[in-house]
Amino acid sequence: MAFEIPKQIYSGAIKPVTIGKGPKAITLGGETSYPFYVFEGAMPHAPRIAMEVWDVDPGEDWADPAKEPFKDVLGDPVAWAKKCVNEYGADAIALILVSTDPNGMNASPEAAAATAKKVAEAVDVPLIVYGTSNQEKDGEVLPAVAEACQGMQIIMGPVQDKNYKKIGAAALGYNHTVVANTPIDVNLAKQLNILLGQLGVKDSQILVDPTTGGLGYGMEYSYSVMERDRMAALTQEDEKLQLPILNYVGQEVWKVKECKQTDAEAPQLGDQKTRGILMEAVTAVSLLLAGSDLLILRHPDAVILVKGIIKELAS
Amino acid sequence: MALTGIEIFKMLPKTNCKECGFPTCLAFAMALASGKAELGACPYVSDEVKEKLAEASAPPIRPVKLGAADAVKTIGGETVQFRHEKTFFNPTLIAGLLTTAMADAEVDAKIDTFMKMQYERVGLNLRPEMFAVKDVSGDAGKFAALVKKVVDQSDALLLLCGDKPEVLKAGAEAGKDRRPILAYATDANADAMGALAKELDLPLVAKADGYDALAALTTKLTGMGLKDLLLDGGARAIKQVLQDNIVFRRAALVPKFRPFGFPVVNCVAEMTDDPMMQTLYASVCIAKYGGIVVLSDLQPHTVFPLLLQRLNVYTDPQKPMIVTQGIYPINNPDENSLIAVTTNFALTYFIVTGEIEGSKVPTWLLIKDTEGLSVMTAWAAGKFSGDDVGIFVKKSGITDKAKTRTLIIPGYAAAISGDLEEELPDWKILIGPREASHIPAFLKSL
Repeated sequence: MAFEIPKQIYSGAIKPVTIGKGPKAITLGGETSYPFYVFEGAMPHAPRIAMEVWDVDPGEDWADPAKEPFKDVLGDPVAWAKKCVNEYGADAIALILVSTDPNGMNASPEAAAATAKKVAEAVDVPLIVYGTSNQEKDGEVLPAVAEACQGMQIIMGPVQDKNYKKIGAAALGYNHTVVANTPIDVNLAKQLNILLGQLGVKDSQILVDPTTGGLGYGMEYSYSVMERDRMAALTQEDEKLQLPILNYVGQEVWKVKECKQTDAEAPQLGDQKTRGILMEAVTAVSLLLAGSDLLILRHPDAVILVKGIIKELAS
Repeated sequence: MALTGIEIFKMLPKTNCKECGFPTCLAFAMALASGKAELGACPYVSDEVKEKLAEASAPPIRPVKLGAADAVKTIGGETVQFRHEKTFFNPTLIAGLLTTAMADAEVDAKIDTFMKMQYERVGLNLRPEMFAVKDVSGDAGKFAALVKKVVDQSDALLLLCGDKPEVLKAGAEAGKDRRPILAYATDANADAMGALAKELDLPLVAKADGYDALAALTTKLTGMGLKDLLLDGGARAIKQVLQDNIVFRRAALVPKFRPFGFPVVNCVAEMTDDPMMQTLYASVCIAKYGGIVVLSDLQPHTVFPLLLQRLNVYTDPQKPMIVTQGIYPINNPDENSLIAVTTNFALTYFIVTGEIEGSKVPTWLLIKDTEGLSVMTAWAAGKFSGDDVGIFVKKSGITDKAKTRTLIIPGYAAAISGDLEEELPDWKILIGPREASHIPAFLKSL
């Protein structure tokens, strides 16, 4: 008797969410099986890559190999974003408003909003605008961004339990998408999606950021929460989890010691550039297999590698 | 397929002799079925029944033991498809490739690099652990010499690849103390390879294209009396490899399809020549059920990311990761440097050390054993109280290393500062930030 693949029964599907506008708008989600289990389900919208752009020159914060490709545009987020789109084929841009950190430069919401607007106008791909995870400050900055970027259909986050009303209302008012972020927990993720729903934010305007752990620094927590999230969404019809997942990989990977150590500091770890790129790409692959739909990556070479493997696995 | 209590009962003597400690044979059968009793407790059951029951209760994926008697590694033996359902037990082995076509100097260099790739982390030694040694010349003497070289110059486990049984045999004898794996048995050579694996009592990789052909092959080999088999589904495109790995795992666990109840070998070295893409393919195989991944060349920068990924995926989610209690110097502190204390939850440790390193401020970090609880939970559970922390600081030996008497405590444990001041009257207690990301700014402000 011929062998038959034992079937996994799926009773749910991930809802498609379209971000951005115009010809470069992208649709995420739509999966009807576990990630890349394409032999028993559909993955109509392959996962996409957004590239990370800071609104300030990262200076010492970034390892040299991560800065090198952008050395002519650091400190100029508009030129930086354009370079990511034109030279590196970014599907989307993730503008990180580092300047607004109250423990850092503490830039005003108005200044950050002006930067976001300039970047949004300069690129035709979807723009993700991320704050600094300071709930109070993000609650001031992101509504200002929403207003300045009216009509541009941007994606804003991280929206968290203490600022979801402010940011959610702004997203509703100006027709943007939000990224709901919770600290590595399936139930908290679900709860925040419900709260956003009660506010009037439609499922088609929500992405989920489950919080990303760096490789070797807690990546497994994100990995398992995402697997559980997908299991609930696809096999237990948990509607409030049937939303595409976003992972902010770049910063979480490149800030770890082993990415920052130079060849001289850690000769036993080989070439710093290759190691950093592969740490970023291996984290990306792991999270894709756990259910990610949109990855924010930093290094252009990691983008090429990850796009390559997505193409092979999803097509 | 697991047997029910009734099915087992039918095979028992049905004398109700009670010598097994159960009142009746039926009660004993029920206990056996639920894994609460051992068949050995019944003195009267026949050998034939013993074998039948042993087979029925065998693990769904065969644990295959490799390596020297004093350094045994196991692959297979997995019981779940998703790590959060229990845990993954036996990490994917990472192997490099050596062939008889390589010059001696190249082999020496590869072995040397292999032996140097050992990284200490949370009390574990992270490293690749295997060489796939491949015959491409058909010369038994040459192959045996290469295997002997690996055995002499390294502690690597061995996967011996070749299509000539007599050549493999020579290599297997040279490496027999490490219990090498033989590869590959195919439809064409199954009789000879099966006989060789049986004679030497070694694990054997069964390779065939397509599920039916592979199931037929492993069924034939188990019929020859072989127990330690591995699977190679033949595919060399990552999409099909991923599907095959998923299908083998699911089939072995869910319907307990015995022909696929073995660990899987994934040879990414044969999937692309690009070393970076090989690392990505290997990462797919580590996340999704590979027992062994073979890369063409092991270099620190291509392997280290995989070692971290494997550590993450195979970490037991039921147990918190912990670091050892003690004093951790960061940024070369001296007797005038700052002193901080936190818990031994590995994630807390990694994040806090990362931020302190980033600040470049020389600091003595004291790690207190909180049984792997994070700061807030440890404090709430009374494992990070003022008395506890105070006694720990006194006994830690930090006063021999530093003259400073200022202790920084985590912001989330601010409530212990009063008790701590009583316990450590000569010390000044400083409350640090709640979030690790604010540590650099805090340290620089002192």
